[in-house]
Amino acid sequence: MRAVVADALRPYLAVLTARFRMLLQYRAAAFAGFGTQLFWGAVRLMILGAFYASSETESPMNLVQIAAYVWLGQALLGLLPWNVDAELQEKMTTGAVAYELLRPLDLYTFWFARTVALRTATTFLRMIPMIVVAGLVLPLIGLGAWALPPPATAVNALCFVVSLTATVALASVITMLMHVALIWTLSGRGFNALMTGLVIALSGLVVPLPLYPDWMQPWLYWQPFRGLADVPFRIYSGNIVASAAVAEIFMQFCWAVLIGGIGYAILSRAQARIVVQGG
Amino acid sequence: MQFCRARRRGSWCRVAELHNNLALYARLIGVSIRGQMQYRASFLLMSFGQFVVTGVEILGIWALFTRFGSLTPWTLPQVAFFYGVVNISFAFTDALARGFDLFGTQFVKTGNFDRLLLRPRSTVLQLAGHEFTLARVGRLLQGLIVLLWASNALALEWDAARLALLAFTLLATFMFFYGLVILCAVLSFWTTESLEIMNALTYGGVETAQYPMAIYHKYFQRFFTFVIPLAMVTYFPILAILDIPDPLGSTRTLQVVAPLAGFVFFGVTLLAWRVGVRHYTSTGS
Repeated sequence: MRAVVADALRPYLAVLTARFRMLLQYRAAAFAGFGTQLFWGAVRLMILGAFYASSETESPMNLVQIAAYVWLGQALLGLLPWNVDAELQEKMTTGAVAYELLRPLDLYTFWFARTVALRTATTFLRMIPMIVVAGLVLPLIGLGAWALPPPATAVNALCFVVSLTATVALASVITMLMHVALIWTLSGRGFNALMTGLVIALSGLVVPLPLYPDWMQPWLYWQPFRGLADVPFRIYSGNIVASAAVAEIFMQFCWAVLIGGIGYAILSRAQARIVVQGG
Repeated sequence: MQFCRARRRGSWCRVAELHNNLALYARLIGVSIRGQMQYRASFLLMSFGQFVVTGVEILGIWALFTRFGSLTPWTLPQVAFFYGVVNISFAFTDALARGFDLFGTQFVKTGNFDRLLLRPRSTVLQLAGHEFTLARVGRLLQGLIVLLWASNALALEWDAARLALLAFTLLATFMFFYGLVILCAVLSFWTTESLEIMNALTYGGVETAQYPMAIYHKYFQRFFTFVIPLAMVTYFPILAILDIPDPLGSTRTLQVVAPLAGFVFFGVTLLAWRVGVRHYTSTGS
């Protein structure tokens, strides 16, 4: 039984590792991306810092938690489903997608493996220098107040790692939804543009979600995008305590399964009536 | 050029040449617009996408003001005014500088720049006319809405002087960002690829200038005033338009003259472009 499962998964794992290795080749781009993210993180922190400095009101997050939120957001930016696989998009517009349909593999799982590599490989490269600079270099040059703090507790650190796994799953199924939308070339692009806006606003990337007005909080709680950034980052900084983290992580996985299921169903239906472009 | 085949390049000849170049530029832009209008649905969707993605930012600013009450001494309408000016200007740059934006990946890496060099027109003209990206109207529209709201909330009276200064500021900011995109393109002569780091300066510049420069760290302010003159084209003149004092202590005269730096910066990047072109060696294939 075990051998059968392993055999069935082998092609997908091969796709995943091959794509991962290929994407790791773009070191110069990763380095440039790191510089960009460092700049963005600094700007965001200065803006938020200025708001904190000019207000006496009690805030749902303290500045140390904000620093963790902003730096993790910049370090893990690549994880967020804000773009699609450019090669896959090219295949859709040129009609080369026909070859993909011919493979004796499950299309959703095949693309899903590609997507996981897309989300993790570049992030993996960028994350390390970002964490080194934000966590170690900043305190050394006297900017300790703006540095990435260590995780709140050891338990929080552990929960953060598990939560991040859920984030990868969730980000990948949302990216898959965008890949599936590409089949409807034109409307798909509109849908994806809208998704990018939703992801940026509702994950906490523009403004940490707890800082939105109080009356919006219930609405922000019951939506899948917060599992992309808000949940793992707040677990890291202790803004979500370890005892509450388990329920949050469970919800992340639930959203991933739900959205994955929707994507799978749409792709299965689309495959039955697909029209290949080009010639 | 055909008007000036004779060696004597008189002033008449130069005027004719300029006229000819402008006509060509207008023609290139016209072709680009007609081309995009063939795909009307695509254009509408892309514009809508731009509107949503760039509009998210003002939502963030509003949320922070709601949460914290104020950003002493700045108010939400004032910050919104900064936001509107920067986004309107950058929408134009983003639409008109597409050729330079794509330069690294589509011209240097592929060797396509060779073809531009063979044509009897300046490379700057050809790249400037490469594409007029209509979809940027999404950013323009949301910037315009925010600016109108801010102007209304601040009860600004638009006399001739204020309008002129606003026009001057918008133009200077447009030129500044255009220069920045050219500078990115110049770098790709050496890197043979468009480097994402430059996004930090263009998109990051937009992000930075959406808030008053005074809220940032001192070194950051100096960098964006003296090295990359972003504050000169946005922060200083907008203070004069809004008629409010500068926490950094600049005088009114300086604030009104400051946007000139945008034009100077543009000129410097054109010089850098020349150096880059001279350095160019084809990737060949």
